[in-house]
Amino acid sequence: MRPTAATSTLAPASGSLGADTARLEGRDKVTGTARYATEQAHTPPGCAYAWPVPATVARGRVTAVDTAAALALPGVLAVLTPDTAPRLGHAEDPTLAVLQDHRVPHRGWFVALAVAETPEQARAAAGAVRISYAAEPHDVALTAGHPDGYVPETANGGEAGSSRRGDPEAAFDAAPVRIDAAYRVPPLHNHPMEPHAAFAHWDGDRAEHLTVYDSSQGANAVRTALAQLFGLAEGRITVISEHVGGGFGSKGTPRPHVVLAAMAARHTGRPVKLALPRRQLSAVVGHRAPTLHRLRLGAERDGTLVSVSHEVATHTSRIKEFVEQAAVPARVMYASPHSLTSHRVTPLDVPTPSWMRAPGEAPGMYALESAMDELAVELGMDPIDLRVRNEPVTEPGSGLPFSSRHLVECLREGARRFGWGDRDPRPGVRREGDLLTGTGVAAATYPVLVAPSTASATAHPGGTFTVRVNATDIGTGARTVLAQIAAGALGAALSAVRVEIGSTRLPAAPLAGGSSGTASWGWAVHEACAALVDRLADHHGALPPEGLTATADTTEAASAAPAFARHAFGAHFAEVQVDTVTGEVQVRRLLGVYAAGRILNPRTARSQFVGGMVMGLGMALTEHSTMDPAFGDFTEADLAMYHVPAHADVPDVDAHWIDEEDHYLNPMGSKGIGEIGIVGTPAAIGNAVHHATGVRLRHLPLTPDRVLPALA
Amino acid sequence: MQHTATGTEPVTTASGVTLRVNGTAHTLDVDHRTTLLDALRERLGLTGAKKGCDHGQCGACTVLVDGRRANSCLLLAVAQDGTEITTVEGLAGDAGDGELHPLQRAFLDRDAFQCGYCTPGQLCSAVGLLAEAAAGHPSYVTPPDTGSPDGPASPGGPAGLTPAEIRERLSGNLCRCGAYPRIVEAVADTAAEAAR
Repeated sequence: MRPTAATSTLAPASGSLGADTARLEGRDKVTGTARYATEQAHTPPGCAYAWPVPATVARGRVTAVDTAAALALPGVLAVLTPDTAPRLGHAEDPTLAVLQDHRVPHRGWFVALAVAETPEQARAAAGAVRISYAAEPHDVALTAGHPDGYVPETANGGEAGSSRRGDPEAAFDAAPVRIDAAYRVPPLHNHPMEPHAAFAHWDGDRAEHLTVYDSSQGANAVRTALAQLFGLAEGRITVISEHVGGGFGSKGTPRPHVVLAAMAARHTGRPVKLALPRRQLSAVVGHRAPTLHRLRLGAERDGTLVSVSHEVATHTSRIKEFVEQAAVPARVMYASPHSLTSHRVTPLDVPTPSWMRAPGEAPGMYALESAMDELAVELGMDPIDLRVRNEPVTEPGSGLPFSSRHLVECLREGARRFGWGDRDPRPGVRREGDLLTGTGVAAATYPVLVAPSTASATAHPGGTFTVRVNATDIGTGARTVLAQIAAGALGAALSAVRVEIGSTRLPAAPLAGGSSGTASWGWAVHEACAALVDRLADHHGALPPEGLTATADTTEAASAAPAFARHAFGAHFAEVQVDTVTGEVQVRRLLGVYAAGRILNPRTARSQFVGGMVMGLGMALTEHSTMDPAFGDFTEADLAMYHVPAHADVPDVDAHWIDEEDHYLNPMGSKGIGEIGIVGTPAAIGNAVHHATGVRLRHLPLTPDRVLPALA
Repeated sequence: MQHTATGTEPVTTASGVTLRVNGTAHTLDVDHRTTLLDALRERLGLTGAKKGCDHGQCGACTVLVDGRRANSCLLLAVAQDGTEITTVEGLAGDAGDGELHPLQRAFLDRDAFQCGYCTPGQLCSAVGLLAEAAAGHPSYVTPPDTGSPDGPASPGGPAGLTPAEIRERLSGNLCRCGAYPRIVEAVADTAAEAAR
């Protein structure tokens, strides 16, 4: 694929690539007609409802399940237990092996499932199931020096578990200016507004075909998992994820609810709806693992870094290794001859952690960018100048050249828009009554990821087109941007292009995750449309009634190892006020400036950037989960306890980007934009709190109970 | 019908109720435990109101009951006989094919949503917000020296809806996609339009 070929075929017409284009499904969403996983237009006759029973011990075994009281309740169809549930095939992901044995690996693990005629009856039945356990002592407390900790070979994303360059310890010890600081990010929960939910039914006299509507970020992966678990050919399973109420990583892999729904439908012979109650989510859909960071920065007096060390301790569950790759950004960001990065993971009796928006980058850059701010203060240097001073020529960790890197431009453009030039660097001197105000800056980065995809494009006799690809629109605007890519490649009006996504009946495609969706799906759509244009050029006369179709498979092109380090970059700026009486921190302004390749739809892109920044605001100020040491439970299990930002928390949030041309990405020239917005925001806010108060707080979130004592 | 432990007193666990939703009357038997939200979604096929938390914590299920916004997950359906319920499906003109409500139009114009799951609740809540403001109801951030406790008051007109007022009054409706800035703009646009 020649990267430049794409741009020449793109028409500048309204609705095409780069044009501000309204969401194609917008009307359905504002009128309430967009249907999510368990929202069938008419509840099918005989539809049953399932309600899971979570374990109430943190470690042990189920010794008995008494279902008599539950089964005696009106409307109850079945109670599935480890003894009675259908046997499943091998689960590649151990979190999907539900009701297959009696082991309880963590609190909240599903140990039974009630199925009844109505939601009320299912819930009552679940509450009436009596489980007996042989509880065992549990350990859920993460410490940096936990004796069970180890350095894994790889962390999430296949990144190396550790890295070393030069002699980082000696260089740090010899450096004239040193920062050695510990930061802590608590467990965090994705909490998409739509809880994980599925509707499953088996068709045919002998249950030949399974159809599942699942709230998922990638229906093909769900189908593959179900095929393995239920011993079916993939062709006998259809998974539909047409509208998805957010995911933020937690729906990126198949989750136990969809297995339970299919199991219950098989067992009862009924269509079954299963929507997880909000309070059950935190134990079974993944979470951002807590991370304990030690940052050591050694620098010359002019700010030149000589040693960068980022050591991370984190947890995983007993059943699956997931390692939040929080030290990886230190391999990308700043030049330094000596460097050490490492992850040390401890398996505990905790729920299995997983992806949450910008895994690795979000907590890692909080720590690194906070330490950079501490270094700037120590040096008496402007924090932007410090970052510019340490801008690398090649990627520090790999030595590869960057395909494009415009971090410095983002910092400078942000500084101009934010009014950074007028900033008085002295901390704790801007008082307005009880309020102290301050400003902070942090850099952001997110890798360019892409996965192979297939797609098809069909030209119809009437001059319209249909593009098919099993992409998922979790709120990103995927549907819309794919139509724009197709319109551009076809030289057609947007209104002439119909896009079908969200079903395994369509050409297979990877998940919406890793900010890779548009690149992966769009590449295949672009190729299919380009092939269709070629076919149409060779075609003479009227089109046949079924139209002309071309397909594409980007397996070869998209899996080629890049000869470049490819990342998006950004700069975040925050202004905060800190109430010295209550300890409350409020954000007054947030600004993000990004260099993320070509922006394909400014309207939906801005919403992605801003949305990431709002989640970063939550990470900085409101979001906090606690692993209770006595019960082995996340204490903040619902939206009353776990505080996602509300309207009143969120001020004007502004996102801009600089034009970035990069020919080493994909035919659209785009980088992923769904996650970078969260990355620098917490550090920018934390740095602003320091500027406001003169106090450096290193544990997120910066809630009044932490801020107020520090001000005293 | 179930019986108590003594077997003497019959206990009724379901009742007939007539729900008037978006101007249409639906008579059905409902389990007394059934929330208005579940009745709408599972019995009437009106899935516009969303279930985000089922505990009144997120606002995704917000509907209008006799013109006032309410979390439908916290209302029992059996208690709604005789009320006028409006869901997101009832905001636009005829059967959704008609003209959009000005707030729906504004949400589209401002890109005030992403995944769309909180959107019906935000919209219904915003309809309620505009009515409350027009009736002069103060909020937590309304300056205390404006308005009168006895009725419609000077600051309550929609034109007085500052961004801070809108944020405060919509804070019962969570949006995990973080569309808040655009939602506030959309409501402000609508309020300004109404004030003209």
